[in-house]
Amino acid sequence: MTGALDQFGGQLRRDLLVAFRSPGELMNPLMFYLMAVALFPLGLGPAPDTLREVAPGILWSLALLSTLLSLDGLFRRDFEDGTLELFVLKVEPLFLGVVAKVVAHWLVTGLPLTLLAPVVGLMLFVPGDAIGVLIASLLLGTPVLSLIGAIGAGLTVGLRRGGLLLTLIILPLYVPVLILGAGAITAVMDGVEAHGQLLWLAAMLAAALTLAPFGAALALRVGMEQ
Amino acid sequence: MKQRLKELWHQLGSPRWFYQISGRWPVWLLALGLILIAAGWVWGLAYAPPDYQQGNSFRIMYVHVPASMLAQSCYILLGVAGAVLLIWRMKLADMVVAVAAPIGVGFVALSLVTGVLWGKPTWLQASDRWWVWDARTTSMLVLLFLYFGIIALRQAIARPESAGRACAVLAVVGLINIPIIKYSVDWWLTLHQPASFTLTEKPAMPAEMWLPLLVSALGFYVFFAGAMTVALRTEILRREQRTQWVRDLAGVLTR
Repeated sequence: MTGALDQFGGQLRRDLLVAFRSPGELMNPLMFYLMAVALFPLGLGPAPDTLREVAPGILWSLALLSTLLSLDGLFRRDFEDGTLELFVLKVEPLFLGVVAKVVAHWLVTGLPLTLLAPVVGLMLFVPGDAIGVLIASLLLGTPVLSLIGAIGAGLTVGLRRGGLLLTLIILPLYVPVLILGAGAITAVMDGVEAHGQLLWLAAMLAAALTLAPFGAALALRVGMEQ
Repeated sequence: MKQRLKELWHQLGSPRWFYQISGRWPVWLLALGLILIAAGWVWGLAYAPPDYQQGNSFRIMYVHVPASMLAQSCYILLGVAGAVLLIWRMKLADMVVAVAAPIGVGFVALSLVTGVLWGKPTWLQASDRWWVWDARTTSMLVLLFLYFGIIALRQAIARPESAGRACAVLAVVGLINIPIIKYSVDWWLTLHQPASFTLTEKPAMPAEMWLPLLVSALGFYVFFAGAMTVALRTEILRREQRTQWVRDLAGVLTR
């Protein structure tokens, strides 16, 4: 068991190290998030009331998209330099190794996005008392996105142009997270407690954490065959 | 009996065996399906009494309800066949996943179109709108997206074996997610719909109304089985074209 845990820690450290060695790529999902959010005031007009009303949906939809864009790289770089082949052959159990990779991915994309969201939320006039729920919902929801998305990333790893395809196959599976995440913020803005939504998100996180790694490990094996 | 079932299961592993026994199935299944559908529709459209609230517009139900049932059943079939493929590596299951997805898209599309046509004059909230973000409509739309994903994934992967297994994983994951999606969409509507939203009260249907529905639904299922068999037989020939038995078959036909 300690062996498996050591392996988990080693994989996590290694992936984080690789990520931090190319800080430019690290920033890309965040810059995408910021720029894409800025499109909406430009398209809808700067009226605070309009923007406030659509802000939960915008913040969450774009979190989905920027996670998906970054997920394409979850296994790809390792696949291209051959590390992934060794990873699949050597790591036992494979699902634990996949969890390590997903956690590393979340730490460099989902977590920074969660930390950036309050600032962006204020730019869309989300009221101060909803900011806490915005952070909480993203904190619970973005790991679910990374975990489910890992299945798609595994399936499309061998394809040269997997990015758009990954979005197509995974986006429908993100619908519940979007509904609950945006719903939580809207609820607070309407003056209702958001405990229900947050608890549901937590339940989904628990379910995704237990089930998705097996799916992702299987998907990775299938995707490697191509 | 148990032995026989086990034997049958193993025989299903051979596409050739399936091809040989299913030669006459399409004719019978398609004919029976069309007869049942025709009977159900004539009965439902011409003889069933009009609805006391919706008048005659409810009759689109005889197309809409079976199509929706098939759309969902077909995805369940995809997921189950996907699981069978992943567990037993049964070639035939791979072919089922491959041919069922486009057929499923057809049923989802039919269900959405007939649903929209039915909803426009019927739903209070729809009042002259072509599209309503109703729970069932939205769930069906997401189901359509799930089908699209599976089809797109298959087309993107060149090697048929890997494509089959990748689609199987996706189908199983989708099947597990469908209840969650359905529940969350229902829940989303309770949050966003104005309180005025009501379906026109659905009366408990008398037998003259639901019997034709049962017949046409049965017809849809039988027709689906027939269409699946036709598509499967074609797929078997296409995939096994390099094997001796298919060549022999083609030789006999061309000679």
